[in-house]
Amino acid sequence: MEIYFDNSATTRVLDSVRDIVVKTMTEDYANPSSRHRKGAEAEQYIRTARTAIAKTLRVPEKEILFTSGGSESNNMALIGGALANQRAGKHVITTAIEHASVYNPLLFLEELGFEVTFLPVDHDGHISLEELERAVRPDTILVSVMYVNNEVGAIEPIEEISRVIKSKNPRTLLHVDAIQAYGKFQIRPKKQGIDLMSVSGHKIHGPKGVGFLYINSGVKIRPLIYGGGQQNNLRSGTENVPGVAGLGVAAQEMYTDHEAKIRRLIELKDTMIDRVGELDGVVVNSKKGYESAPQIVSVSFSGVRSEVLLHALEERGIYVSSGSACSSHHAGVSSTLKGIGLPADLQDATLRFSFGLFNTKEEIDVCINALKEILPVLRRYRRK
Amino acid sequence: MNMVYQSFLIKYAEIGTKGKNRYLFEDALCSQIKRALKKIDGSFEISKEAGRIYVDAKSEYDYDDVIDALQHVFGITWICPMLQITEKDYEILKKTVIDYVGRVYPDRHFTFKVESRRVDKKYPVHSEVMNRELGELILDTFPETRVDVHKPDVLLRVEVRKVVNIYSLMIPGPGGMPLGTNGKAMLLLSGGIDSPVAGYMTAKRGVKIDAVYFHAPPYTSERAKQKVIDLARQVAKYSGPIPLHVINFTDIQLYIYEKCPHEELTIIMRRYMMRIAEDISKNNGCLALITGESIGQVASQTVASLAATNEVCTQPVFRPLIGFDKQEIIDVAEKIGTFETSIQPYEDCCTIFVAKHPVIRPNINIIHKSERKLTEKIDELVKTALETDEVIWCD
Repeated sequence: MEIYFDNSATTRVLDSVRDIVVKTMTEDYANPSSRHRKGAEAEQYIRTARTAIAKTLRVPEKEILFTSGGSESNNMALIGGALANQRAGKHVITTAIEHASVYNPLLFLEELGFEVTFLPVDHDGHISLEELERAVRPDTILVSVMYVNNEVGAIEPIEEISRVIKSKNPRTLLHVDAIQAYGKFQIRPKKQGIDLMSVSGHKIHGPKGVGFLYINSGVKIRPLIYGGGQQNNLRSGTENVPGVAGLGVAAQEMYTDHEAKIRRLIELKDTMIDRVGELDGVVVNSKKGYESAPQIVSVSFSGVRSEVLLHALEERGIYVSSGSACSSHHAGVSSTLKGIGLPADLQDATLRFSFGLFNTKEEIDVCINALKEILPVLRRYRRK
Repeated sequence: MNMVYQSFLIKYAEIGTKGKNRYLFEDALCSQIKRALKKIDGSFEISKEAGRIYVDAKSEYDYDDVIDALQHVFGITWICPMLQITEKDYEILKKTVIDYVGRVYPDRHFTFKVESRRVDKKYPVHSEVMNRELGELILDTFPETRVDVHKPDVLLRVEVRKVVNIYSLMIPGPGGMPLGTNGKAMLLLSGGIDSPVAGYMTAKRGVKIDAVYFHAPPYTSERAKQKVIDLARQVAKYSGPIPLHVINFTDIQLYIYEKCPHEELTIIMRRYMMRIAEDISKNNGCLALITGESIGQVASQTVASLAATNEVCTQPVFRPLIGFDKQEIIDVAEKIGTFETSIQPYEDCCTIFVAKHPVIRPNINIIHKSERKLTEKIDELVKTALETDEVIWCD
């Protein structure tokens, strides 16, 4: 049996997504820029996806730019956004708990002479609006904040953040990394004051290698990739028709019966939090209900190395993450767990369980029983 | 345009000295060359002739592939790419020599010497005449060149046999002795830098390699195991296919942890690894064990610790790195292409079994006393571990 509780790393694609990907690879495979009918047919898939996605956000279609995924969207928003607006200033603000695909482009901008302010977070993973207000300056061109933290599921108050920024400096742009949020929340960029927003396909049961960047009309962006001038010269390269078509179907599916889907995810999350909380030596880093992301449960197990527990669960067919999947490649300790003030010994003892549309409560029962068996055994052996 | 060589002359040194067994070594070398070339595109014919080995290309091939393949065959000291002409006409020979020199040495500033051999005594031109005339021709055609008969930059050889061979390049081979001429040994392979190098060095002396890896899930991951498989594959480029025995060691490790003093864990664990490795070694026709140990590198590799781990073995234990410094080991690892893989950071959580202050001068009597605490279950656990033996063919 396989229990996949790592949906914040990636998800299994929906059957409907797979079908359209196969169809656009084997039947409607033409280049959407080709002049012939077959090219026009391929282009139609991109239009359909764009329409579907724009509708989920209630934004005009032309504000959706397809990319190769979340990392490219973040790079484009930050580097492209900063380069296009540097005449207005060279100051950028972000938080201490961002994903590497936000953090590292900002380090690159520092090399180019930009100044970056990193705002700390409190124990709940939230930035302080007062500190944000103090940080915004006349030369601040960009603020980048994640919608949902990928490691613990903390939700940042995007609307308030936008209000604070814009009242201090109306020209400052707000970029939101919504990679863990899109599909889980009703996001309204226009109402929430979002100028740029990154989304990834494979976190919402869509294909890997595709995502989009929402760009509010009037926001200037410098392209990162130059070539044939596709997508209004903003992102050259033949469009990834299968990926984009699959992303469109996944987005539409996520926002169909959306409330019911989210309620189900929250039920799973709350069950997990209740049941795991009954175990000894456990600290739950995520909140129940609508106060944190519906799909993420971060748990620290005292006296256990997360990596060992992860492999022990894996032996029973249960797949989870230690920290965030992307940051666990390099054996550094997660900046989020440190950021929320988790004691050092627990930072290295933290697992993330993340749910998706395919998970069930029965799987949680199996997982809890496995933890009950594994934890006492692992705790018997520690370095002396 | 690149030169297209029709043949490669393979030179070997050490095996030339083996008296009446010489043909065994030559045959082994030929079969290893055949094995290496089978992995690349193209068809080749390997022939032995009067103390020489030739690799003749019988189809199109990629030059770099051939050189790379041959540079992984132990026993080869030099690889000489040869231009061959079947037409023995002297005028054609002259034209070919000029064409060869012009294309192989585009920078004409070099000294040279022509060395001809007339194996086919019916050939009308004597070798001294050929040396002189070809030398003059080269000087006339490429006025920047100079003759140096003592220490030439380029020693151009022209051999008139059934065909005419023209060659001057000498590309170093890996040296050593052909595989399969020296029995088989069992390598204790970990994911580290040292053990693959130890395997390579032993294989270099003609020894076939089997390997054993101790896997300890959940303390070591699937990726750690994959890394060891990758390393075995890289060593196998030199040593030929390696059957890798993967043994699940977790229960033994946990049992030792529970019963024995913490600072002795590593030594006792290594003694059990050696015992198990020797068992697999004997069952698979190996006559020795190989480890990557080097004196003093870590606590378990002091002379006293090595003596303590060695004590459990009856087969000889080869430690080809025993006198190497870490940097010297790394140099070889980089040369054979295992270093990059070895330093991949897949976390090994076995560190919980490593004492913060391990013994560095283990007293063998005390170790024996500690091991007696394992009497109740250890034989059963070793037996079970041996049953987990999963053989992965690494080629």
